[in-house]
Amino acid sequence: MERQAEYEKTGYTEVGRGKAEYEKMQKKAERRNRIRKALTYTGLSIWALIVLFPFYWMLLTSVKSYGAYNAEHIPAFFTLSPTLQNYIDAFTQVPLVGYLLNTVIFAVLTTALMVVVSVLAAYAFARLQFRGRNLLFTLFLSMMMIPSELVVITNFVTATNLDLRNTFAGLVLPSVTSVFYIYLLKENFEQVPDELYRAAKVDGTSDLKYLRKVMVPICRPTIVTVTILKIIECWNSYVWPRLVTDDPAYYLVSNGIQEIRENGFGRENIPAMMAAVVVISVPLIILFLVFRRKIMEGVSRGGMKG
Amino acid sequence: MRACGGLCTGAENGVKKMKIVLQNLTKTFPGRGRKDRNDVTAVDDLSCEIPDGELIALLGPSGCGKSTTLNLLCGLEKPTSGRIFFGEDDITDLPPELRGVGMVFQNYALYPHMTVRQNILFPLENLKGKDRPSKEEMQTRAEETARLVQIEDLMDRKPKELSGGQQQRVAIARALVKMPRVLLLDEPLSNLDARLRLQTREEIRKIQKKTGITTVFVTHDQDEAMSISDRIAVMRLGELMQMGKPQEVYDNPANLFVAKFLGTPPINVFEGRVRDEQLYIGDEAVFSVKGTADQEVWAGVRPEGFILREDGPLSCELNRVEIMGRDISIIAGHKACMAQTIRAIIGADTGVNTAASQVRFALKAGKVFLFRKETEERIF
Amino acid sequence: MNANNKKAWLYLLPATLFLVFFLVYPLIDVFIYSVEEGYNFASQTYFGTGLYNFSYVLHDPYFLQAVKNTFILVIITVPVSTGLALLISVGLSSIKPLRELYQTVYFLPYVTNTLAVGLVFMILFQKTEYTDGLVNLMIGWFGGESVDFIDGPYWAKMFVLCFYTVWVVTPFKILVLTSALASVNQDYYRAARVDGTPRLRVFTRITLPMISPMIFYLVITGFIGAFKAYSDAVALFGTDLNAAGMNTIVGYVYDMLYGDSGGYPSYASAAAVILFAIVLTITCINLMVSRKRVEI
Repeated sequence: MERQAEYEKTGYTEVGRGKAEYEKMQKKAERRNRIRKALTYTGLSIWALIVLFPFYWMLLTSVKSYGAYNAEHIPAFFTLSPTLQNYIDAFTQVPLVGYLLNTVIFAVLTTALMVVVSVLAAYAFARLQFRGRNLLFTLFLSMMMIPSELVVITNFVTATNLDLRNTFAGLVLPSVTSVFYIYLLKENFEQVPDELYRAAKVDGTSDLKYLRKVMVPICRPTIVTVTILKIIECWNSYVWPRLVTDDPAYYLVSNGIQEIRENGFGRENIPAMMAAVVVISVPLIILFLVFRRKIMEGVSRGGMKG
Repeated sequence: MRACGGLCTGAENGVKKMKIVLQNLTKTFPGRGRKDRNDVTAVDDLSCEIPDGELIALLGPSGCGKSTTLNLLCGLEKPTSGRIFFGEDDITDLPPELRGVGMVFQNYALYPHMTVRQNILFPLENLKGKDRPSKEEMQTRAEETARLVQIEDLMDRKPKELSGGQQQRVAIARALVKMPRVLLLDEPLSNLDARLRLQTREEIRKIQKKTGITTVFVTHDQDEAMSISDRIAVMRLGELMQMGKPQEVYDNPANLFVAKFLGTPPINVFEGRVRDEQLYIGDEAVFSVKGTADQEVWAGVRPEGFILREDGPLSCELNRVEIMGRDISIIAGHKACMAQTIRAIIGADTGVNTAASQVRFALKAGKVFLFRKETEERIF
Repeated sequence: MNANNKKAWLYLLPATLFLVFFLVYPLIDVFIYSVEEGYNFASQTYFGTGLYNFSYVLHDPYFLQAVKNTFILVIITVPVSTGLALLISVGLSSIKPLRELYQTVYFLPYVTNTLAVGLVFMILFQKTEYTDGLVNLMIGWFGGESVDFIDGPYWAKMFVLCFYTVWVVTPFKILVLTSALASVNQDYYRAARVDGTPRLRVFTRITLPMISPMIFYLVITGFIGAFKAYSDAVALFGTDLNAAGMNTIVGYVYDMLYGDSGGYPSYASAAAVILFAIVLTITCINLMVSRKRVEI
C-alpha cells in the first residue's frame, strides 16, 4: 500500500503532467530531431563529396588543355574552354587501345573459364552424391584462407619455367580459381528443390543436361552476380599481370596506367594522363551503375576484394 | 497481495479511472505502388471507449487495421486525424515514452544479448530525473515483476535459453516493470504452440486481473479473444464493426461479418426471404420473424440453433453424421445455403437415423439472425 | 554408386586441377623456397637448407622499413575506416530520401581501378614546380604551410597513403554495415522507443551489440587486407617504393621477386612467410578477443 503511494508520487504512472509541459517537450523534441536530420545530411554529403571529388577532378583535368593546365599556378575548379585533345592524345600517343583490348580479352577469358569450372564444381558439391564430398568441400573452403601473396611466388616461377610469361595463358590460368564463387554457387544450387532433380531423372534427363537446362537458368541471378564480380576483379587486377608480363604489348590497364605514368606522355602531361584514367574507369562505372543492385548484394554477401 | 508487491494496484485500491477513448481515429498510409498511388486507409474513423481496468481484444482478419490501431495507441504511429485520450489526457501528439504504455511484441523483441534481468531492467534505466528510481529500487521492482509472471528463477539466463512461453513472460514483465497506465499486446500468443497457447492466455488473464491495468491486445483468433477478454472489438477494413462483451457480440451480432467471424464452427448462412413476418428458406416457411418487413435477406443460423425434429420445417439432404463424444455434428446440404453444406450441432443423446437421406430441422429462437441483403446489416 | 562417384569427380576435376596446381602446390612450395639458401633463379640450384633467408630479410633495412610502414598503415586505417563506416552507415539508415543515391555514390570507389584513381590522388596532393596542388591550396586557405605529400616528408606521405587507403576500403565496410543494420529486427527499436530509450543508449545497448559480429568480421578482414596493402602505395608513389621509403611488406615480396631488385624468390618467400605469420597471429588475437566480446 505504501509502495503504491510512492509510485503515484514518482509521476511516471501519473496522469496530469500538464498540457503545456507536454507541448513544450514535444516542441523541443521536434527541434532536436530537425537538427539531428540536418547534421546527418551534412555529414553524409561531406563524405559523398570526398568520394566524388576525385572523379570530378579527373574529368575536369582531362578536358583542360595541356597549356592551360600547366599555366595554372592555383588549380581552377572549372574550365571554360574544354577540349577533347587529351583523349585524342591518350588514344594515339600511348597504346591505350591495346591495354583496353588486352584487359577485355583477359577479363572475358578468365571469367568464362571461372564460371564453367565453378558451376561444374558447385553442381557436384550441391547435387551429386559421392564419397568424401563433405571432406573435399571443407578442404576447398580452407583454401579460401590461403593468401594470394604466398602462392604468387611459385606461380611466378612456374610461369617463367613454362615459358608462359607474356602470354594470355600465363595471365589467365592462375587467375581462374575462386573458391569463394564455388561456395556462393553451391549455396544457391542447394536451394533448388530436390524434386526437380528427381523429376528430371524420372524423365531420363542426364545430369549435364539437367545442369544446363534447369539449374543454370534457375540460378541465373547468382551466376550473373558472380560473373560481374569476377569481371570487376579482372579489370582491377594488378599484381599478377605485373609479374607475368614485361612486354607492354601484353599490359592490362592497371599496368598500362603505371607505364603511362612513368614513360608515357612524359611526367608533365597530366591532362592526357587523366584522360587515360577516365577511359579506364568509365567502363567499370557504367557496369556498376547498370548492375548496381546485383553487385552490392553480391559483395555484401561476403565478397572480399581480391 | 504481498507476493505481487506494488504492482497489485488492482481494483480494490481504487486506482484512477484510466479509460481509453478513441475519437474519430483515422490513419492513412501513402500509396506505395508504382501505379497505384492512392492512399491506403488502415484505420477509418474509429471511435470507441475502453473502460478502465478491462482487457480488450482487437479482433479481425489480417489487414483489418488492428495492429495499426495498437501502434496508434502506443505512439509508434501518428494518426492522420482524430484524438486519443488516456483518462482525461489528450495524448494524441505525445511520443511513446511519455504515454506510459507497456508493449509486448509479437516476437517478444527481447534483446538477445542481455539476460532476463537486464531485459527487465532496461526500461527502468531509461527513466530520467525524478522518475528514475534508485539502483536498489530498480532491482526490487524487477524482482517483483518477475515474481508476478513467475520467472524469478530465470533472471540470469539469456532469452535464447528460454522456451517460447518463458520468453513471452519475460516480455510481459519488461512491459509491466515501468508500471504502465496501459498494457498493449500484439498477437501475444501467435508464436506459441497450441497447448501453451491455452495455458498462456489464462496466465495473461490472471496477470491482468491482478494488476488491474487497462489492457488491449490484438488477435486474429476469435477463440482467444472470446475466452479471456472483458470486451472484444471486431474490426474490418479499418472500421470498427462492433464492440461489446464477448457473449453479447456472439448473441447479437451487428452485421453479417461479425456473425460469420465469431463462432466455431461458423454460422450457416442461407439466402432467404421474409414474407408476412415469416422467414422463407427455399419454399418453406421455417421461422417466424415478428416485426420484420418483407424483403430479401441473408439468414444466419448458429450450428447449435438447429433442432432435429421429424416435423421440422427445414428439410435438408443428409450428407454424413460426425459423432464427437459430447455432441453430434450433422452435415447436410441445402441449395439455399451459401456454403456447400450446413453443419448442425446437437446433443449426443439425440438419436439420428444415419441411414436416412433427408433430415428435418426446426430452428431455435435467439440463434437465428437476419441481415439486410445489400448492406448486410442486422435486421432481426 | 560407383558410376556416380566417377561422374562427380569428373565435374570436380577442372576446379581441383586449378586449385592444386595454382594454390596448393605453390603454398607448399613457398615454404620450401623459404628455407633453400642461395637459390639461383637461372640455374635453379641452391647450396643448402636453413634459416638464412629469414635472417637476411629480418636484417634488411628495406624490409624493416616496409614492416614499419605496414604497421603504421594498419594501426591507422583499420580503426579509422571501420569507425567512419559505422558512423556513415548509422547515418544512412536513419534517413529515407536520397538514401539510395548516397549508397550508390559511397560504393563507387570499390568498383574503380585502384591504380588509376590513385593517380588522381597523386595530382591532388602533389606539389610541383608549376603548382602547389589542390590540397595545398586548401591548406593555404586555412593559413597552413604547403607540403609536398608525394615527395616530401615521411609523415605527409604516410598521411596520403592512409587517406587513400581509407577512401578505397570504406565502401565495402559501409555496405556490410548498412546491410547488417537493416537486418536488425525493427521490433527491437520499436520496443526501445516505447520505453523511451535515449538515442545514444539505443545505439550502445542495442544497435552495437546486435551488429557486433559484423563489426568484428570487418575488423578481422580489415586487418588482413591492410597488412597486404600494396597497390595503393604503387598508385601514389610509383613502382619504386623502396626509393620513396613507402614500401609495404607485400611490396617488398614483389620487389624481391621481380623488377630491378628482383630475382630472389627465396628472400621473397621468406618475407611472404613472415607476413603470413604476422597476419595469422593478429587474426588469432582478433578471434580470441571477439569470442569474448561477441555473445550472441
